[in-house]
Amino acid sequence: MTAVVAEHDDHHDHHDHGPEKGVLRWIFTTNHKDIGTLYLVFGLIMFFVGGAMALVIRSELFEPGLQFVDPNFFNSMTTMHALVMVFGAVMPAFVGLANWMIPMMIGAPDMALPRMNNMSFWMLVAGVLLLASTLFMEGGAPSGGWTFYPPLVFQNGKSFPFAIFSVHLLGISSIMGAINVIATIFNMRAPGMTLMKMPLFVWTWLITAFLLIAIMPVFAGAVTMLLTDKFFDTSFFDAAGGGDPVLYQHIFWFFGHPEVYVMILPTFGVASTIIPVFARKPLFGYASMVYATGAIAFLSFIVWAHHMFTVGMPVAGELYFMYATMLIAIPTGVKVFNWTATMWKGSMTFETPMLFSIAFVVLFTMGGFTGLMMAVAPVDFQYHDTYFIVAHFHYTLVPASIFILMAAGYFWLPKWTGNMYNEKIGRLHFWLSAVSVNILFFPQHFLGLAGMPRRIPDYAIQFADWNMVSSIGAFIYGFSQLLFVYIVIDTIRGGTGEKVSDEVWEDASKHSLEWTLPSPVPYHTFTTPPERIPTEHF
Amino acid sequence: MKKTKQLLACLVLMALGLGTAHADYTLNLMKGVTQLSNELYDLHMLILWICVFIGIAVFGTMFYSIYHHRKSKGHKAEQFHENTTVEIIWTIIPTLILVGMAIPATKAVIDLDKVQDSEMSIKVTGKQWYWEYEYLDNGVHFESHLDEASEKTHRVSSMDPHNVANYLLNVDKPLVVPVGKKIRFLFTAADVIHSWWVPDLGWKKDANPGFINEAWTSVDKPGTYRGQCTELCGRDHGFMPVVVVAMEQDQYDAWVKATLDKQNQKPDLSDQTRNTLMAKGESVYLKNCVACHQIDGNGISGWFPALRGSEKVTGNMDQLIGFIQAGTSKMPAFKKLPDDELAELITYIRNAPALGNNVGDEIQPNKITPKWDDDE
Repeated sequence: MTAVVAEHDDHHDHHDHGPEKGVLRWIFTTNHKDIGTLYLVFGLIMFFVGGAMALVIRSELFEPGLQFVDPNFFNSMTTMHALVMVFGAVMPAFVGLANWMIPMMIGAPDMALPRMNNMSFWMLVAGVLLLASTLFMEGGAPSGGWTFYPPLVFQNGKSFPFAIFSVHLLGISSIMGAINVIATIFNMRAPGMTLMKMPLFVWTWLITAFLLIAIMPVFAGAVTMLLTDKFFDTSFFDAAGGGDPVLYQHIFWFFGHPEVYVMILPTFGVASTIIPVFARKPLFGYASMVYATGAIAFLSFIVWAHHMFTVGMPVAGELYFMYATMLIAIPTGVKVFNWTATMWKGSMTFETPMLFSIAFVVLFTMGGFTGLMMAVAPVDFQYHDTYFIVAHFHYTLVPASIFILMAAGYFWLPKWTGNMYNEKIGRLHFWLSAVSVNILFFPQHFLGLAGMPRRIPDYAIQFADWNMVSSIGAFIYGFSQLLFVYIVIDTIRGGTGEKVSDEVWEDASKHSLEWTLPSPVPYHTFTTPPERIPTEHF
Repeated sequence: MKKTKQLLACLVLMALGLGTAHADYTLNLMKGVTQLSNELYDLHMLILWICVFIGIAVFGTMFYSIYHHRKSKGHKAEQFHENTTVEIIWTIIPTLILVGMAIPATKAVIDLDKVQDSEMSIKVTGKQWYWEYEYLDNGVHFESHLDEASEKTHRVSSMDPHNVANYLLNVDKPLVVPVGKKIRFLFTAADVIHSWWVPDLGWKKDANPGFINEAWTSVDKPGTYRGQCTELCGRDHGFMPVVVVAMEQDQYDAWVKATLDKQNQKPDLSDQTRNTLMAKGESVYLKNCVACHQIDGNGISGWFPALRGSEKVTGNMDQLIGFIQAGTSKMPAFKKLPDDELAELITYIRNAPALGNNVGDEIQPNKITPKWDDDE
């Protein structure tokens, strides 16, 4: 596909070249825009792969009884759905946005390490393909949950070592991507672009990149310990050899908790970029947004055991992790208040990106509320491992990260392609998504409170009604996402036919540098640094 | 305004959930039948209401702004972007609310942990995929499997779960406890991690292989309380329910006596008719074998071998007995299976039409000679 219109930027004197022709362009490209596109397209494809898996799950849960799949395949689906969505869809999509937008937002010609950029994308593809190949292996794909808890994970069939090597590849890819983001932000900012003048999307990605570098090696270490336990007779996680299966959970969640913020911090960044543009106001509390992001990132490292309150911890441990977790509500609250204050007394319009962003603020906050409820350790003894938590983290991921990725698509597609998307279909996509996502996930709160455990392929009769409602919502939500694919393709091919201005959105160039560039963006941008830094926020 | 309506609908739904909490099992957390579960329920409701009120305040402000501060109404954007006082206020107020929540929460954490001074102890072992209960004070000891009706129904797609009472939430032998007594539970697991949960008792606790976890309860009201395993433990994770029956002390004492008598009884090794052997054999099969070898005897390709047409099953009877008693690296050793059940099982697996085998023979309980030497 050609999201990037590859015209030369003819007024440069020096020897300038456009993209290569044909498929080789995409394989060997070191251009941040091409790589961004690759990441975004890959993320979108994986979103549908993971979504198809989710629909297998929701089909089986439509009615009590086992209708379609074997329980073991069901477990593979829950496991693979999570892995594909986290490592294949959401993270790559945000890396794609980072590639496209960070250089343009800080006035840099490209990412700092273009060749490594290419390599990190293709390692991601290799990792995900390796993971997908396990679906066809003897014994099926991993079925012990995306958390790979031992000893259950050892019961996986031939897929076990492949899943682990795939995690290694994904980890290396993420770390390279993160290094690139940090190197770019620290070294390639245009003159005058001080750290505290960077758009918030750049800030959140900078912090996310540090999280990634800190946690991916921990995850790689944990799964490597699994590997040696299985094949080289170590006993890290086996009580019979002096180990402890709970040790794995501690290591995993030391990775796992910051990992969920890897998916949510860039989400915050995009929301903080979009809302001011459509409120026609500067972002409220820019500095406090930056500090809140930093505070959330810091707290994410010291709260991990709230994922395992019922595992058997001393009272002191429970209390510490409860208090620390509750603290997260403060910086998160600051963010929500800031977004609300940004809208306050603005002059709002409600184009599709804004609609998705407002829905994000509301629905993410609901996910935050249930998060606060579960932070309270004693009641988590009821909520833990039920559909209540399934509802919680899907509220913080689907109408949050996914909605914001959609918003970002609508927001920047006109800039990338020079064409306007079809606003009517965009709004239809939004309303279908916003309503169905609630039909899908809201009843899961009821199911969890009523006592339905997560990760079960079949359930007692009293859970039947809400499961059916939830499944209906899932199908509406899943299929309405095809509208997005249609809109993206349509926009690339010309969209409404209306050529957009450089700014695209009214006064957008006051907010960030990318809107000062021509639309569509040339293949090479900011070969000379911009003269003026938008100073809306401070 | 559509958005407002949507929010209103959500709030109404939530309010509905709260209003009918007592009547409707499917919307809210249940209060449960212990002091602890009531304390946790109150804490749950407190935080839920706090969230609802914060939600109304924040979303209310936001929707007021969305309604009034829009360009289509000609509202001009103001350009303020900072207000230190406001920012300090909305940092301090949430902090105070959190402190207010942390106080009752801390008390509940400490209450959950009060396993001391218990009057009796029960050891619970999670196994793939059933629970084993051991009463440490009186020696009662049994396994608790998913009941036969649910077991069959979830494995045969033509059977309708709606016809099964307490589908997937019923067991063959429930855990029986006396009311009003402080009971300490000790949790461990034999294979992978399981988690034992009865919502009416107010908590769940993980059962970790090689380690022991503790928890306690004191049930206020006689009754039957149902729950499930909540930690993913493999293929049949959804099929290992927990059922606790609480009864008055005298009934409980009678139950203990009856259970102990039965437990100490020598198995009845007298001859049975072929039909009885087959019928009982099916029960033994459903309880011990079906999870791996499946209801049709086909096993699971790549995981568990088929019994259908298997040379090991239909071949030499003595070798089969030895095989079942000894187990393999993958299959547990069934050396504790009493001779009568073993005879029933063997007759069943060699002849059951459901498994596609038809050797045409049978074995009586007294014909089983021990193939397993305990000293080995």
